[in-house]
This record gives sequence, structure tokens and C-alpha cells, in this order.
Amino acid sequence: MRSNLGFFSDEKFRSIFFQTLVVGLFALGLFFVISTTSYNLEKRNIATGWSFLQNPAGFDISFSPFLEFKSTDTHLKVYFVGVLNTLLVSITGCIAATILGFILGIVRLSSNWLLSRLVYIYVEFSRNVPLLLQIILWYSILIQLPRVKQSLQVLDVFYISNRGLYSPRPIFESGFSYVLIAIVLALISSFLINRWAKKRQDKTGQQFPVFSSSIGLIFIVPLILFFILGSPLSFEHPELKGFNFKGGLVIRPEFIAMFLALSIYTAAFISEIVRAGIMSVSKGQREASAAIGLKQTWIMRLIIIPQALRVIVPPLTSQYLNLTKNSSLGIAVGYADLVHGFGGISLNQTGQAIECMAIVMATYLSISLTISFFMNIYNRSIQFKEK
Amino acid sequence: MNEMNEVRKPPVATTGIIGWLRINLFFNWTNSLITLFVIYCLYQFIPWILDWTIFSADFKYNYLGEQITNQEMCSRNLDPENGGACWAVIYVRFYQFIYGFYPKAEVWRVNVAYVMLALALLPLLYAKLPYRKYFLYFTYIFPVIAYFLLNGGLGFTEVSTNKWGGLLVTLVLGCTGIALAFPIGIMLALGRRSKLPVISMMCTLFIEFIRGVPLITLLFFGMVMLPLFLPEGIDMDGLIRVLVAVTLFQSAYMAEVIRGGLQAIPPGQYEAAKSLGMSYWRMNLLIILPQAIRISIPPIVNTSIGLFKDTTLVIIVGILDLLGIGRGTLADTNWLGLSYEIYFFVSLVFFIFTFGMSRYSLYLEKKLKTGINMGAD
Repeated sequence: MRSNLGFFSDEKFRSIFFQTLVVGLFALGLFFVISTTSYNLEKRNIATGWSFLQNPAGFDISFSPFLEFKSTDTHLKVYFVGVLNTLLVSITGCIAATILGFILGIVRLSSNWLLSRLVYIYVEFSRNVPLLLQIILWYSILIQLPRVKQSLQVLDVFYISNRGLYSPRPIFESGFSYVLIAIVLALISSFLINRWAKKRQDKTGQQFPVFSSSIGLIFIVPLILFFILGSPLSFEHPELKGFNFKGGLVIRPEFIAMFLALSIYTAAFISEIVRAGIMSVSKGQREASAAIGLKQTWIMRLIIIPQALRVIVPPLTSQYLNLTKNSSLGIAVGYADLVHGFGGISLNQTGQAIECMAIVMATYLSISLTISFFMNIYNRSIQFKEK
Repeated sequence: MNEMNEVRKPPVATTGIIGWLRINLFFNWTNSLITLFVIYCLYQFIPWILDWTIFSADFKYNYLGEQITNQEMCSRNLDPENGGACWAVIYVRFYQFIYGFYPKAEVWRVNVAYVMLALALLPLLYAKLPYRKYFLYFTYIFPVIAYFLLNGGLGFTEVSTNKWGGLLVTLVLGCTGIALAFPIGIMLALGRRSKLPVISMMCTLFIEFIRGVPLITLLFFGMVMLPLFLPEGIDMDGLIRVLVAVTLFQSAYMAEVIRGGLQAIPPGQYEAAKSLGMSYWRMNLLIILPQAIRISIPPIVNTSIGLFKDTTLVIIVGILDLLGIGRGTLADTNWLGLSYEIYFFVSLVFFIFTFGMSRYSLYLEKKLKTGINMGAD
């Protein structure tokens, strides 16, 4: 076929031509944006650079459970407090959402019509109402709790009020590190026992009570050690002084609202994923395992769940990613996470919009990539292994 | 012989209502116990919630028969024993919830736009509509009409977007975001699968970047950084800046969904189209995309539900959508403390839209499944 366009009809030439064109246009656009931006910045007297990170922040952060934060600390510290708060609510939220989601997904498949309908209603309601609305709603419920003076008392040690949940703070004394070492050792040895028992069962068919022996190792041995060392742990109880509690461990309502809303919202999605995963396991598997005389709970644990996990894990990963990204909504209730603390208050105080937003976006990207990386490793470990 | 032919009925206990109850609610004693427990909880909860929302609630008048104009007149604030929800706040502020601060004299324009939106959606949602072709023409020109109708121009007086609010903003953001993200998403999906390495890399980077950061950071980007990127004199409207962010966000998600559809097209389709001498664009437009989009309609609807819910995030950058109007009402001393009523109402509106969309997506999935099976047979 002849073409009057000459060498333009050559595929190789065309591909190079278009790609050069795109790169050229992109570079041109970038140049335009950079030059206008630097002009605009100059006009507004904003100096670019990272030196603002060393300046004192000048504001307080109400919730910083891991780092002590004072208003004289730097913006860099605001960033670290924000990252830790984002990670705290994301990790606790993911754990709670997974547990709740699995339970609800299994209950949704229960043979009891009423129960499964109830879960269905819950799932539809929490999936179809915007998360931001749910966060604000939980927060408005929590701040309508009684004032500090009339706070609700649970078990004589927890106080619930509109300022949050006050609980005793554990104080670790000198000998407690031995107990921690014992717990870590127990965890490692029960992991090794599990591997050994599996190998032995594969070879000889003999079973070993892995579960009960692990429980014994992890809980009872450290507990005995704890009492031998003379209980090296005491609690600092919160005390009402003036208008507020002094001492103790406080969990702020902002965190509780975020935690509840994120985990309840995501659990609805996870329960649907779990349901679809369990339903993807063919009926024959259940019948076959019943035919060889396995108990109902064992069928679930040994046959159904391992196969369902292969279907469940990829969408579960994206739910974890969503939950982490959604934790940025904490700004609506004043939870001092990455977006609220560093991307919000620090940005407004310093005016370094480009730098702050770049750092915040890069941090979220790295968190997302890390979650994907680990979930991909886990996913590979549970997929079919062909021998 | 006669007796052998006689058809025996199944035992009573496995059929009919009693059978259904036995199998689904009282199969064994644990099951029965659970059922009784759930019924007990519902018995405690349902009358209370019905009483609060309907029977002891105020709709327009309180229990003394006065018309309610502020929260102090709500029955439950006059007499805590005697009253449930105070829906009068919704009644009084209904205009703001639906139109924001749109001038009352011009509000007919919004109403016309709402009706036209329904008409424009009709041919998209219902494939068997008579005269669908002509309806579709209307759908294509609807955005232009809606722009002039809502914003002004062409003889209509201008209504600046800071007067828009409530459901109007929610619908404008949702519909425009979805409509603009669709073509951009298709281009990104094609770009990501392109054989040209530079284009494929750029599209992949864009999609993965947008999907890796939260929407709120993109909204901040639109609000704080976009003005810095533009030359002097170009002053972008707040709503448009938010729309840019929402569209970028949605197009990345749309691209991934459409890419899934593209991957499901067997390579034979590409080869057949190429062997007919079709160019890249003709092949995609006539052969590949119609099939790929057809398969990906249910997930497209699902991401659209996600976007519709995410439009609430604009309240963080100061745009008053439905939820924003709700919060604004709560900040008014006249309606202090009515948070449950307001959040309930806003949730209900969102629920109606998103639940409707998700039901529609299920219906499509069912229809698509039967369609494909018929094709295979």
C-alpha cells in the first residue's frame, strides 16, 4: 500500500514522532508552570526552600500519644507527630475493620434469616452514607457525652466524658523488661513449635496441641515470671482536679470518632469481600470435608477460609489502602494527623504551600506503596503453590 | 397400582410458612436462641426509633400547636418528656438544603435544570426507551444548557457560584466529575496500555500518583497550589478549582476500571480489526471500546457511587454542599443542638442516591450476564 505521506506511514518513525511531541509539550507545560509559579511566589514574598521545617511551630497539638509536643517545637516535629497519628488510627482501624468485617461476612452467610438480614441492613447503611458524615456524626455523639464532672464511670477505673476516655496509665518498673523479653521469647518459640508440628503432621500424621501450648507459653509463663519478680507494674489513676482530670491515659474523642467511623465503614466493605470470598469456594469442598467427618468449625478453619483467602486478599489490600487514605478526613473533627497538623496548620502558618503539600503527598504515596508491598508478599504466600 | 400413582405431598413441616420458619429461623436450638434474642433486641429498638422519628416528632408545629421557628420551640426542648425529633429545622431550611443561597427569583432555573437532568439521564439508564436516539442528543447538549441556566449568560442574569449550595452543589460536583472523568479515563486507560513507552509510562505515573494520595490533598492542591500555577489575571472560581481536583481524582479511578474492561477483550478482536486494515483509533473506537465499556459499566457505576459520596469532602475547603449546609445550620444559634435530625436527613438524601445507584449497578450486572451467555450460546 502506498501512502502520499511518505515516511510518516512508517510505524517506527510515527512512534518516535508522537513520543517526542508528547515529551516536548509536557516539558513546555512544565516550564510554563514553573516560571509562572516562581513569578507568583516572588510577588507574594514567599521564599522557597526547606528551612521553615526548623522554625518553631508556635501551636499546640492536643493529641500526641507517642511524642511529647510543645508549642516551641519545630514544624518538622509537627510532621512526625502527624505521621504517627495517621499511622496510629490507620493501623488500629485496619485491625478492627478486619476483625469486624470477617465476623459480619460470616454472619451474613448464616443460615439464620433474621441475623443475615440484619447484617445486610447494616452493610447497606454504612456503605451508602458518606464516610465524612459518619465521622462527624460519631464526633457529635461523643462530644454530647456528660461533662467531666458528671463523667460516666466504668468499673471504677475508666471515666468517659466529652473530653474523651480516661483510663489508668501503666507505669513499668525496673523488672518489667524481663517479662517483655519472656513474651517475645514465647512468641518466637510458639512460632517454631507451630512449624515443627506442621512438619511432623505432614510426615507422620500425628497432631500436636499447638494452640493450647502456645497460649500457655505466651500468657502463663510471663504471668508467673511477673509475680515472681514482685509485680513490677503499677497504674497511675486519673484524678479529677478542678475542671479536668490529671494523670492517667487519655484517649481523645477525635481519635475515638475517627477510629469508630473508619473501622465501621470499612468493615462493611470487608464483610462483602469476605462473603464473596467464602461463596467462591465451591459447595463440593464443604460436602467433601463433611463426608470425611470434619467438625463444622474445622471445615471453616481448615478448608473454606484458606481457599477463600486467595479471593479475599487482593480486594482487602485496596480496602486497607482506602482506610489509610480516608484517615486524612480527621481534619473535619480536628484529629491532628498528617493533613490536619502539617498540611493544614503548618501550611497556613508558614505559607509554604508547595513544600508542605509535596511532603504530605509523598508521605501518603510511601505509606500506600509500603502497604501494597507487604500485602503482595502475603498474597503470594497464600496463593496455590504448584509442586 | 392405583396407590403407587398417587403423588404424596411433602411433609407439612418443610413447606409453606411453617417450613420456611423452621428452616430459616428455628433450625436447631442455637439458631432458635439467636432468633429469639434478635427479636427481643428489635422489639426494644424499633418502637423507640419509630417513636422518635415519627410518632412524637415535630414536623412543622410543636405539641402546643405553634409553628416552630427555632430550637427552643421544639417539643423536646419545651418538655423533655414529650417529644422526639424536631424535623421543623429541615422544613424551615429546606430551601437552603436544596438550592443553597440561590436567589429566590431565579430558582425556577435550578428546578428546570433538575428536571432536565432527569430527562438527560433517562436514555443513559434505560436502554429500551422509545426514541432513545433523540433523547441522547439532548443528553449531549444538556451540560451546555445547564451551564447557561445555572450560571447565567444568554439573557439570564448571572448567579455567582458562591451562592450555590446544598443538593445543587452535590449534584453539580457529582455529575460533572463523572461526566468529565469518563473521556479522560478512557484516554488514560488507552495510554497506559499503549505500546509507546513514554506515553504508557506517563499515564501509569499519573494514575498511580492520584490513586496513592487522598482526595483531600488533591482538594488542597486545587485550592492552595492551583492559583500559584496560573498566570496573573486568571482568577479561577472556587467551585471550578474543586471540580478540577475531583475530575483528576475520578479519572484515575475510571481509567483503572476501563483498563480492566480492555484487558478482558480477547486478542482476536484486536487482530481481526487490524487485519481489516483499521487504524489504531478506528479499531479502538469501533471495535474495542464499545465492548470494553459494556463490560465495565457495573464497576464504573461503583466508582461513581464512591465519587458521589466523596463530594462531601469539599466542605473541608469551604464549599457548602448538602453536608456543608447541614453544618452551617447547626452553627446557627436558632438551630443549635439538632445535630441528629440534620445528619439523619443528609444521610437519608445520600442514601437514596447511592443505594439507587448500587441497585442499578446490580440490575445491569444481571442483565449483562444473561446478555453474554446468550451471545456465547
